Amino acid sequence: MIELIILVFSAFLLLVITLWKRKSPAKIREIAALTHLYRMLGLSIEDGTRMHVSLGSGSLLNARGGSALAGLAMLRHITERTSVSDKPSVASAGDSVLGLLAQDTLQAGYQAAGVEELYVPTTGRVTGLSPFGYAAGAMNISRNENVSANIMIGRFGPEVALLTDASDRENVIAIGASDDLVGQSVLFANTQEILIGEELFATGAYLGAGASHVASLTVQDILRWLVIFALLGGAFAKFAGII
Amino acid sequence: MRVLTVFIAVVSGLAVLCGYFLAGFFPVLADVQTLLLNWAIILAGAAALVGIFNLITVHTDKIRRRETESIYSALLVIFLMGTFFLGLILRPEHAVMRMVMNGIIIPVEAMLMGLLTISLLYAAIRLLRRRVDMMSITFLIVAALVMLGSATLPFVNIPILGIVSRWMTQVFALGGARGILIGVALGTLTTGLRVLFGIDRPYGGN
Repeated sequence: MIELIILVFSAFLLLVITLWKRKSPAKIREIAALTHLYRMLGLSIEDGTRMHVSLGSGSLLNARGGSALAGLAMLRHITERTSVSDKPSVASAGDSVLGLLAQDTLQAGYQAAGVEELYVPTTGRVTGLSPFGYAAGAMNISRNENVSANIMIGRFGPEVALLTDASDRENVIAIGASDDLVGQSVLFANTQEILIGEELFATGAYLGAGASHVASLTVQDILRWLVIFALLGGAFAKFAGII
Repeated sequence: MRVLTVFIAVVSGLAVLCGYFLAGFFPVLADVQTLLLNWAIILAGAAALVGIFNLITVHTDKIRRRETESIYSALLVIFLMGTFFLGLILRPEHAVMRMVMNGIIIPVEAMLMGLLTISLLYAAIRLLRRRVDMMSITFLIVAALVMLGSATLPFVNIPILGIVSRWMTQVFALGGARGILIGVALGTLTTGLRVLFGIDRPYGGN
């Protein structure tokens, strides 16, 4: 029952704060990786290069699908901004369902930019169905398709090192975020910029995706404080012999 | 049409969610949840075929446009089709199919794992050239200490290394990992709620 209460409380907070944030724009702290990403968006259009959005091999059919959804939300905004470029963005996925959704998201981005006729279905790709197969397939995109930035947002394990290594050899800027702890540590050692932990879910807010994304950050902050108080309260109660 | 897709997505999401929490009060919700999840699994199976078709389309397109390294695309398409039809005719349990799996696919993935070891070592060496800050230095020192603590040293035995390594992995790393995972869980919760409310629509539409 506690889970349901947390869920309903979070949903209520999200709706109320979204309405509030529509009226008063929020101030959010600077995250170097996302500032860099924002700058790269403009630069890639100017110098006629592509952005490669790697969505990882996370499945949407299990509890860890959140990172894939965050990656798709980011892909939607990147597509909208780069759709009129000579070299539109490419998205790769290591899961077939995610691949289909990536194609749908790309098409929605082109529609929103009013250039649906420019959409090419092969810009959304499934490069492999196992983590290593996916990495091996996605490595080629950095090498052969005039890519200037490789944005890796989703579920990545240690195989992400192959992707970052390929980016590095082609002087492609790599920005990464994963919900997997091993993937995060590999990205920390291999990329110029990394998003740690829940920063993965903040990309929409920083790319100007709307009030709901900023509201999500506020809800996460409120819930995080509640978790901190619960942990400290629990520790104190245990220490005092109450529980 | 877009309203219909949003409606179907939101109702299906709510039905599955309610199945988790309210099945005790309304048993029919558990049946609806199972039915919807089974449909999702069948659709994911069909999506795998669509994904393979996408892979073939991308690579045949590369061959047609004679892009650089299109020879690899040609090899991929030939072997993919060959394995697919061989699997259809012989069935996956056949000795030839098992040989393809155990003799080609598994060793290739193992080779990529081997390459990964070298890549990671190289990345660790270059880390300080890429980023000289407190975080990178701490990262390298901790990695070195944990590795030394878990490895068997050839000539000497330094018990303190094992103690420090265990303390780092079981106190610092475990605490940090739990903190990161709580953050990821909260992010997943709000992202899921946005999809459930139809604010984010990964299934298309604006």
